[in-house]
Amino acid sequence: MTFLRRQLPLLITFVTGILFAVQYYVPHPLSEQMLTSVSKWLQIIGGFALVLGVTSLFHIHAVKIRRRESGWGYSVVLYAAIVATMAAGFGYSPAAGQWINGKETIKGAMTAFGWVYAYMMVPLQGTMFAILAFFIASAAYRSFRARSREAAVLLIAAVIVMLGRVPLGEHLIPISGDITQWILNVLNASVRRAILIGISLGAVALSLKIIFGVERAYLGGGKE
Amino acid sequence: MKIALTLATLFLSCLFTAWAVQAEEAVTPPQQVRVLDTPNDSGGSLTVTWAKAAQEGPDLRYQILMADPAATEPNVLAEFASDTHYARDVKEPWWTRPASTDTHQFTIKSGKGIDLKDGTSYAVAVAAAAGGRRAAAAPVQATPEPNWFNWNQINNLAIVVIFGLIVLGSIQTAKRREIFLRRIPGLDAVDEAIGRATELGKPILYLTGAGDMSEPSTVAAAVILGRVAKRVAAYETDLMVPHRDPIVMAVCQEITKQSYLEAGKPDVFKEDSNFFITTDQFSYTAAVDGIMLRKKPAANFFMGSYFAESLLLTETGASTGAIQIAGTDSDHQLPFFVTTCDYTLIGEELYAASAYLSREPVQLGTLRGQDLGKACILVALGLGTAMATASILFHLDVSFLLDLVKDWK
Repeated sequence: MTFLRRQLPLLITFVTGILFAVQYYVPHPLSEQMLTSVSKWLQIIGGFALVLGVTSLFHIHAVKIRRRESGWGYSVVLYAAIVATMAAGFGYSPAAGQWINGKETIKGAMTAFGWVYAYMMVPLQGTMFAILAFFIASAAYRSFRARSREAAVLLIAAVIVMLGRVPLGEHLIPISGDITQWILNVLNASVRRAILIGISLGAVALSLKIIFGVERAYLGGGKE
Repeated sequence: MKIALTLATLFLSCLFTAWAVQAEEAVTPPQQVRVLDTPNDSGGSLTVTWAKAAQEGPDLRYQILMADPAATEPNVLAEFASDTHYARDVKEPWWTRPASTDTHQFTIKSGKGIDLKDGTSYAVAVAAAAGGRRAAAAPVQATPEPNWFNWNQINNLAIVVIFGLIVLGSIQTAKRREIFLRRIPGLDAVDEAIGRATELGKPILYLTGAGDMSEPSTVAAAVILGRVAKRVAAYETDLMVPHRDPIVMAVCQEITKQSYLEAGKPDVFKEDSNFFITTDQFSYTAAVDGIMLRKKPAANFFMGSYFAESLLLTETGASTGAIQIAGTDSDHQLPFFVTTCDYTLIGEELYAASAYLSREPVQLGTLRGQDLGKACILVALGLGTAMATASILFHLDVSFLLDLVKDWK
């Protein structure tokens, strides 16, 4: 049992880790084919795992409804929405005279499933994305209050960059465009690259730890 | 087979010669023409090299020709000015360059009306043309083949191997003696956040980001979840981990369960502490925002990789008054996390978190290895900058050294 739970996953991790690290250096079509096959395996596993996810979702909301927890009405809405969308996706379209099969349009005409996507999903996603503008404003207000030296530097840099990025700013202060470019290309880019170097080394170190079995917590639990 | 190949070559030579006779004597054919299988590729490609002519310029043009058995004249695959297509223009390091930098180099690839099959021999020639005059060199046979190793990336492999040895060596060193670890306030605050949640009797919300299990940041987030869950179990505080990826959810369920077992509190573990919401970015964001507003968690953890949803999540969390700790390698989202969270683990600190929280010598050794790796990169950056500057100031060719640090990524 320990072999199945511990040694075998570690062995698979080691072999596949080394194999796909080497694959990066092999341009042969067989190597590309292997990568493509494994990517397809991952998609298939992902498909099966989605069943796990949906089961979890149904379970959580079923418990909420059964216990009449606060906001259980939303869980009912969720159930109704899932069932309705599935019916729209897998149902029969009398107008087109064929099964919808998850298509958004059939012969140029929008299906019920397409309608759900175009007139419900897209506007809702757009709404969430649009909220971002207000959140940026409120977050900026909070962080730009010059309460410390760092915040003051941030405020000054932000004002210059904002001025340099709009035509009015460049009209009022012509040099703001050049200063903005300097801030972005020199200060910002160098710090960003430093962070990226650290991230890359950290990712490689973590990968090595996983491949060589030093890091095992992802298997469920810490050291043996 | 050999006889057939020889006859074919003879026939093609005659064809090229007959075609070249049209040219007047004033244009000399290209010299030292070589055609070879393009090295370090996946096949379907040939590389042609030839010597630089004495007088090159826009008036003199080169043509790359390939014999076509179905036609009386060979196909003109490419035509360009004679002062272009030098070997130095090709982005290849010096150790794989098939010819010296001042010779001409052209790569024939499958596509755009040509299909080079691996294992099939092709006769290729180069012609010089000026005005209506042309002169072709004798055709050369070559066969495209796929290669088993990309020698262009040998420097990359060497760096990975050296870095790997440094990390493994550091792990061995860490087993023998204690390693100093600088304070990371964001990780020191983990206990504070859990303690606060316990005192207030409110749950803890932990997010593992938008990535799947193939991303190192998600693995790091899952590992940190294990450490956090162990402390949460000890305090018997509620833990909520909503997921975007079902595989990540399954892995995190196991990690959380094991953490509760290790903390000696298996009875407190709840199967539904890890739950799936949706794979859709903004639907997930809306759901988590709703959880934050309804359940009012006392501590929010944002670990892993994030995109546009980062500010929507953290700003909502900040509005509920929760203590917020973020850790991400998504550099484009870092400003939002720094602005809205109490503590932010920047980039590599996310990967260091597991070692920092566990304090296991083996884990700490990798941090030491990373620092040594950074020191090497700093030295390389300094030397590279100095050499690049010197090459411009004193007109030195240091490409043989600069190529060594090319394409490290």
